[in-house]
Amino acid sequence: MASTDQAVVCEGLVRRYGERRALDGIDLTLKRGQTLVVFGPNGAGKTTLLRVIATLLRANEGSVSVLGNDLRKNGREARSEIGFLGHSSLCYADLTARENLTYHARLHGIADPDERIERLLIETGLESRGDERVAGYSRGMVQRLAICRAVLHEPELLLLDEPRSNLDPAAIDQVEALIGAASGRSRVIASHDPAGGLEEADLVLGLRAGSPVMLAPAGELTAEQIGELYR
Amino acid sequence: MSASRPPSTLAATSAVLAKELRLERRAPQTLTAMALFSATAIVIFHFALGRDEVSGALASGVLWVTLTLAALLGIGRVFVADSEEGGLDGFLLAPVERSALLIAKALSLLIFLIGVGALTSLIFAVLLLGPTPSVTQWGSLAIVIVLADIGIALVGTLVAAIAIQTRTRDLITSILALPLLIPVLIGATRACEPLLSVGGGGLATRWLMMLGLYDLVFGLLAYALFDYLIED
Repeated sequence: MASTDQAVVCEGLVRRYGERRALDGIDLTLKRGQTLVVFGPNGAGKTTLLRVIATLLRANEGSVSVLGNDLRKNGREARSEIGFLGHSSLCYADLTARENLTYHARLHGIADPDERIERLLIETGLESRGDERVAGYSRGMVQRLAICRAVLHEPELLLLDEPRSNLDPAAIDQVEALIGAASGRSRVIASHDPAGGLEEADLVLGLRAGSPVMLAPAGELTAEQIGELYR
Repeated sequence: MSASRPPSTLAATSAVLAKELRLERRAPQTLTAMALFSATAIVIFHFALGRDEVSGALASGVLWVTLTLAALLGIGRVFVADSEEGGLDGFLLAPVERSALLIAKALSLLIFLIGVGALTSLIFAVLLLGPTPSVTQWGSLAIVIVLADIGIALVGTLVAAIAIQTRTRDLITSILALPLLIPVLIGATRACEPLLSVGGGGLATRWLMMLGLYDLVFGLLAYALFDYLIED
């Protein structure tokens, strides 16, 4: 078992879709409170890596542990500590924002969640429309709701797949305290923005066709070097 | 840092079931489609059979053909809302037993099936059924329908969990569900036959036991398999 000052440890991680290796031999260690930013062109394996760490996909080879929990044995324990923000909101269009958050709060065993939900809706600027069906929301509002859902149970580790997509500059500022460096959480972020991503990274992983082609502390890299991944 | 404690299976089941019923109340699709189909089928049988009344084996057959095909509509929609915006992932990310989803989905489908079964039986009795069942026979009919519906709900939830991961959801639902449901349909039609006969008979214990056994076997099977079906 990994020591608990490590947020994520991947050792020889391989994930296949049929014959194709979507992740091919990922080795990395992310310490608690640090941010790993994963770069790579479309199809490089960024989302797959996040989904494996989130326990939504299994590793075919190698091992992954989250906050000391080996995902093969203690996936359920790890899930309490993981907040996942993917391409889909994971919310139901025919429910209101409050109903969606209440549902997820119950699934995470949050006692008396109303106050927490109200605070999150205020922080993301959704409080006045919290009783409307999500089907009537703009994409930016859905993304803000998805952020509320991801941090609802105050997870230690955030897995964020292009978290600021669909958000306007004001909304990006609004959610900074929840998912930004200010949140104080360990984070794994999939990004297509070399300059912006590098700014908030402690550690950088570059993927190409599932293989790790770059793994280094952020201070040792430039945005131009990361940009090379996309050429 | 986490402000939560993993909920019990009962609490998670209750959360999913409440969400399912709220979604159906908010946007009634499953129940409406099943009820409309059943009512239409009974009306079509009424005219197509060319007689005002049916009883016995024919009555039982008509009732269960209608209920089975209506059930397929419901089974096909069990995971639709979850697949649209990743709701299934939302559940899988929670620190709960996967069986909570099976129990909640099967319970919600069972509630829909029983509702449609009650409505269909009433329409059937008014439009087609020859002998008017006594109160005791209605009670016996309800027992048969509930026992059969438990089996249909369990198999339906299992099949729906497989089908939602394919691109041919409706086709897979029918191909997998119908063969698996044959035993429960034979048991249900045979158990209903004496209840819908002229002169009326009692409950056929043998067929009831068969339905009960089917429910037990598929309940255990569903519990054992469900985790593997919904996980990666």
